[in-house]
Amino acid sequence: MKEYSVVGKATRNIDGVAKVTGEARYTFDMTLPGMLYGKLLRSPHPHARIISIDTSEAERLPGVKAVITGKDTPGGKYGPWRRFPELMDEEALVTTKVRFIGDAVAAVAATREDIAKRALELIKVKYELLPAVFNPVEAAKDDAPQIHDGVENNINITRHIEWGDVDEAIKIADYVREDRYELSSQSHAPLEVHDALASFDKSTGRLTVWTSTQSPYYVQLGLADALKMREGDIRVIKPHVGGAFGGKISTYPEQICAAFLSIKTGKPVKIVLNRQEEFAVTRRRTPMYIATKIGAKKDGTIVTKEVKVIADGGAYTALGSTALYLVGIYSSFPYKIPNYRFDGCRVYTNNNPSSAMRGFGGPQAVFISETQIDRLAHDIGIDPIEIRRKNGMTPHYVVPGQATIESCGLHDCIDKVEQKVKEWGELPKYQGVGMVCYGFMSGGIFNWINTPYAFSGAMVRVNIDGTVDLFTQASDLGQGSNTVLAMICAEELGISLKDIRLHVADTGITPVDLGAWGSRQTLMSGNAVKAAAAEIKRKLMDVARIKLGENIVYDLEAKGGRIYLTLRPERGYSYYDIVKDAIRYNDGEPLIGTGHYTPHGKGMVSPAFTFGAQAVKVEVDIKTGRVKLLDIATAHDCGQVINPPAVRGQVEGATAMAAGCGLTEELLSEDGLVLNASLAYYKILRYRDMPHITTLEVHTHEPEGPFGAKEAGEGLTTPTAAAIANAVYHAVGVEINSNPLTAERVFKALKALKKNKAT
Amino acid sequence: MKKLLELTVNGEHYEVLVEPKTLLIDVLRDQLGLKGAKRGCDSGSCGACTVLLNGKPVHSCSILALQANGGEILTIEGLADGPNLHPIQEAFLDHWALQCGFCTPGQIIAAKALLDENPNPTEEEVKTAMNGHICRCTGYNMITEAILDAAKRLQEARR
Repeated sequence: MKEYSVVGKATRNIDGVAKVTGEARYTFDMTLPGMLYGKLLRSPHPHARIISIDTSEAERLPGVKAVITGKDTPGGKYGPWRRFPELMDEEALVTTKVRFIGDAVAAVAATREDIAKRALELIKVKYELLPAVFNPVEAAKDDAPQIHDGVENNINITRHIEWGDVDEAIKIADYVREDRYELSSQSHAPLEVHDALASFDKSTGRLTVWTSTQSPYYVQLGLADALKMREGDIRVIKPHVGGAFGGKISTYPEQICAAFLSIKTGKPVKIVLNRQEEFAVTRRRTPMYIATKIGAKKDGTIVTKEVKVIADGGAYTALGSTALYLVGIYSSFPYKIPNYRFDGCRVYTNNNPSSAMRGFGGPQAVFISETQIDRLAHDIGIDPIEIRRKNGMTPHYVVPGQATIESCGLHDCIDKVEQKVKEWGELPKYQGVGMVCYGFMSGGIFNWINTPYAFSGAMVRVNIDGTVDLFTQASDLGQGSNTVLAMICAEELGISLKDIRLHVADTGITPVDLGAWGSRQTLMSGNAVKAAAAEIKRKLMDVARIKLGENIVYDLEAKGGRIYLTLRPERGYSYYDIVKDAIRYNDGEPLIGTGHYTPHGKGMVSPAFTFGAQAVKVEVDIKTGRVKLLDIATAHDCGQVINPPAVRGQVEGATAMAAGCGLTEELLSEDGLVLNASLAYYKILRYRDMPHITTLEVHTHEPEGPFGAKEAGEGLTTPTAAAIANAVYHAVGVEINSNPLTAERVFKALKALKKNKAT
Repeated sequence: MKKLLELTVNGEHYEVLVEPKTLLIDVLRDQLGLKGAKRGCDSGSCGACTVLLNGKPVHSCSILALQANGGEILTIEGLADGPNLHPIQEAFLDHWALQCGFCTPGQIIAAKALLDENPNPTEEEVKTAMNGHICRCTGYNMITEAILDAAKRLQEARR
């Protein structure tokens, strides 16, 4: 393994001091002089036609500065799917028909928040109620109410993936088993709710929006579409973000309405959702009905697999198409399955829209696949770890027609976790261990937004004193990408982190980057930053070479603040001196390097994949059904680790979110109404719920990643719920095909098991 | 009718006029400009708004400002000694006990209250004392480690 100066060394969070002193500013904290407070009026009905909206009384309320409805906006639909305009199905303020409880129909700006709230109560909306449908299977039937004009049977998207010959292969399988699942919804529940502050400058016709987002660029494009403005006249800035988890990728009504109200009033306008709105009207993880059939030989070799998914899309497309495609891809991971078929169907319903959430189809895929493979091993009578080892992906494996795997540490991960499980030893009654394997993308090769720019861009400017300004639109949401990107820049230039100053996530000054989703920042933004720094390094080395006057074949190295001959380190110059010379030699031209990255020749999913294995030990209280987590061991192959504590933070944080998905987190709704829209009733795991997590190291090098690095952000959101389900099975013998494994579900399953045994 | 509220916040004396219904968090954030304490849930479920009132942790989103009349308040902004961070803050940085940072002010203030009362807590005691604080990013263990380490640092500083 190569020894680096900065990369791989435990480094404090660059934003940490601001965050521990309370000085870090989030959109939530921002105010501007003369700022107005905005609020959205939302539909109380899941499906209804708007007959009329009377805003006159609200407009007369003292302190109200503007009231707008869909008719006042420039019109037109928007959405993340700019490549396929027929999928752009959202309106910031609905003009004709509401499609879920929470669709926004009007917006108000007032001098105080309480006045804005009061104004909402004074708006009179007449609705014609329409029949509504909440279950995707029902919604796809011929007699179901139609939610979007021209969309037959409410079929929003279908995805088909196939390789090999599934129908032939099933004939040669010795064992075939089929399982059916019903997977529930999870809420992102970031501690900072969705918010936006917009300020329109009448004198220039330009708009600035600060917002809690994962992608300032996507918001800029969404605002341009919805407001019918040039994107260059819109500047989107991401301050510190209080968590996002896939829920803040796109453009949302509060951003558009804040902007439009600011244009209308000439004042800055801020809209902050309340916690109830955060749960009930923002996006959520896609609930899925899944049937999966697997066929294997006697020795455990998987010969075929078929997966069928019906997804509850809710009212709009959002990023649901990608979640559907990825559940199809990940359901084949991390195994070599020679014959595979996936058919997915996303159906519109009158629920709140489902979309991307951390793991992006992965948790659902791993839940069905890893519970099924455990049961398959049991059917065949082989060890559940052995069946995984036997079928697991290896380096250079090609997923037919889909993806090329380069680095792959799966088998090392399995060995390490198996060792840990052995150390846990014989377990007492009602305890069990579940083991799971998974693979995940390091950035998606998805251009739904239709950008002509590279997926990641970066710019490095070196000043006369050697300080470096790094410009990137990569979005740190807390995961630590600012620190990682500064480390990559410092390593490439051979200088220390203290010389680097970041300018981030501001479309007005930074080159386009698609932002933080699909675990793309370390690999994609990292490659762009490394390339920008490499351009500077080349320029500095040219100057050093001239000064050294050595044979052109001699290699140079930049390290420890010096540039020197690789084979004769004593011959070289200080980085700071070379920077001065580089600027002076070149007529004072600013010393700037740019870099960009877009994956090419890497298939359809991702330029690189991480792999991992996890074991979870649980204890089941058979009186109540309550499952307690006792221990977790994880091996995650993320390539070269850039910042060890940041990786651990991602691994542990993702595991906690995934354990929530497995145990307690379920966004409940009835007839489209979210029932537990509060942090008191939506159960996020707490300190006492989380056991120790042992992180087992594996070492690989990914040729496509910066310094060999891959993702750490999302892979670990995928295994834990499945591992819990497997552990519960091994502890008390119940197979549960839905999540989360709440005490109620486990209790009912135990009762059913007892009844079955009795009869 | 507005009423006069007297508070000492981070060692500074303030007199502000407030409505009887005004919550403490709104006085701190909107009138005093102390934005460190965050509003996370409005239901006392997340702990992001925690400040110390007369040395005890309170949810500033769930008490009236006038209930704190005459009291001494410590917010995250008052914890560091000028440029020198408090040992709890240092420990949070060293243990990567924060990610998005939105819950961090509440977590650190609650940890201060815990360590003031119990300078040498066990891991279980830390988890129990902190159980009312939601962190959506870290999975908690790294915060627990930071608090246990902070306890050590504070004890060494006292020696």
